[in-house]
Amino acid sequence: MYAFDYQRPDAIAAAAAILSADPEAKALAGGQTLLPTLKQRLAQPTALVDLSRIPELSGICATTEGVSIGAMTRHAEVAASDVVRAAIPALSDLAGMIGDVAVRNRGTIGGSLANDDPTADYPAAVLALNASVVTDRRSIGASDYFRGLFETALEEGEIITRVDFPKVEKAGYAKFRNPASRYAMAGVFVAKTAAEVRVAVTGAGQSGVFLWTEAGDILSSDFTVQAISGLALDPSNLMSDLHGSAEYRAQLAKVMLKRALASITG
Amino acid sequence: MSEATTIVRVPVRLTVNGKSVSAEIDPRTLLVQFLRETLDLTGTHVGCDTSQCGACVVHLDGVAVKSCTVLAAQADGASVTTIEGLATGGKLHPMQEAFRENHGLQCGFCTPGMIMSAVDLVARFGPDLDEATIRENLDGNICRCTGYHNIVKSVAAGAAAMGSAEAPRAAE
Repeated sequence: MYAFDYQRPDAIAAAAAILSADPEAKALAGGQTLLPTLKQRLAQPTALVDLSRIPELSGICATTEGVSIGAMTRHAEVAASDVVRAAIPALSDLAGMIGDVAVRNRGTIGGSLANDDPTADYPAAVLALNASVVTDRRSIGASDYFRGLFETALEEGEIITRVDFPKVEKAGYAKFRNPASRYAMAGVFVAKTAAEVRVAVTGAGQSGVFLWTEAGDILSSDFTVQAISGLALDPSNLMSDLHGSAEYRAQLAKVMLKRALASITG
Repeated sequence: MSEATTIVRVPVRLTVNGKSVSAEIDPRTLLVQFLRETLDLTGTHVGCDTSQCGACVVHLDGVAVKSCTVLAAQADGASVTTIEGLATGGKLHPMQEAFRENHGLQCGFCTPGMIMSAVDLVARFGPDLDEATIRENLDGNICRCTGYHNIVKSVAAGAAAMGSAEAPRAAE
């Protein structure tokens, strides 16, 4: 690691002040991606601003619309939360599938979303559930938030404070892990509201998480596994690498969609 | 920032295996470095140094973490338990004893992390663990001797022993 200063403010405003005064400073959430990145010297921030001692960034609460999860809430807390399980059980399931136990005890939802790794799990849930990413400046709808590989709508120094998930009728998530890295090679989150069905795919897209609108349209009129039997995902915008071709990932995405649906419809 | 730039050292105070420790450290210091190099607690191992292998698992405020991917500064104010903190009064912890009884180690490098994860597993799921639960929850610990069969046996036995060690107290 290159040298950095370490700061641990106890209020959002103080953290925001440090980050806006120094564009080379970086917020530190759970550190499960940032610390490995620093170890490889792939980043050289002047300072790390540890957000872990800001009380209002943590915690889970039920809202009239659904559930609100503080940005610094650990994956393990989301996985174990009765409030999340009561509102959106698929979201608890997803949180419990991230990394391994020890990683889930440190990693946070805000950190995952700010980083926006194309193989991360949370982006699929946020996009399919049409959640809002709330920051110290504004609320950003899921469709505006994700901008590409590791690219989000966040501005310099903007801090995610919480994520608001609206309740849905039904939701499910399934992913196929890379056998070595355990990251998703294709992960599919499907969410059904009274108005529509949204299907989001992570791990497979060249530009990160995306909505599989064709699948959503078909499932909106017929919410069954059989309805998508003739469906195929266009591989032209999918990732191709040594772990699998774009065509392979397209097929995986379809299988994961079926599994996600099966987890809901039985 | 160049390497020559003066680093502002940060004070940390934490409880390690029940003892209060404090130091002024370079902010880059990883928790595992602090444990091994500053406190000489070399039971916690560094295997992959990329948070995959689990040799460095310790308990931070009661939950398993990979200490190669936590800054010591982040652990300020926290309570840490390492493999050295499990045995009491010269007697092995039931999980350690179970690993010895069941030959749950070959080269032994992954063992401290395996045992710390196993104790965490019992804390979450109780002492009656089936094989599937054990295997699934040890997915963040890698044994490159591939001695998983006896590790799983050890964890099940250790968990049961932890349960019966606690039972008399629970009945009181």
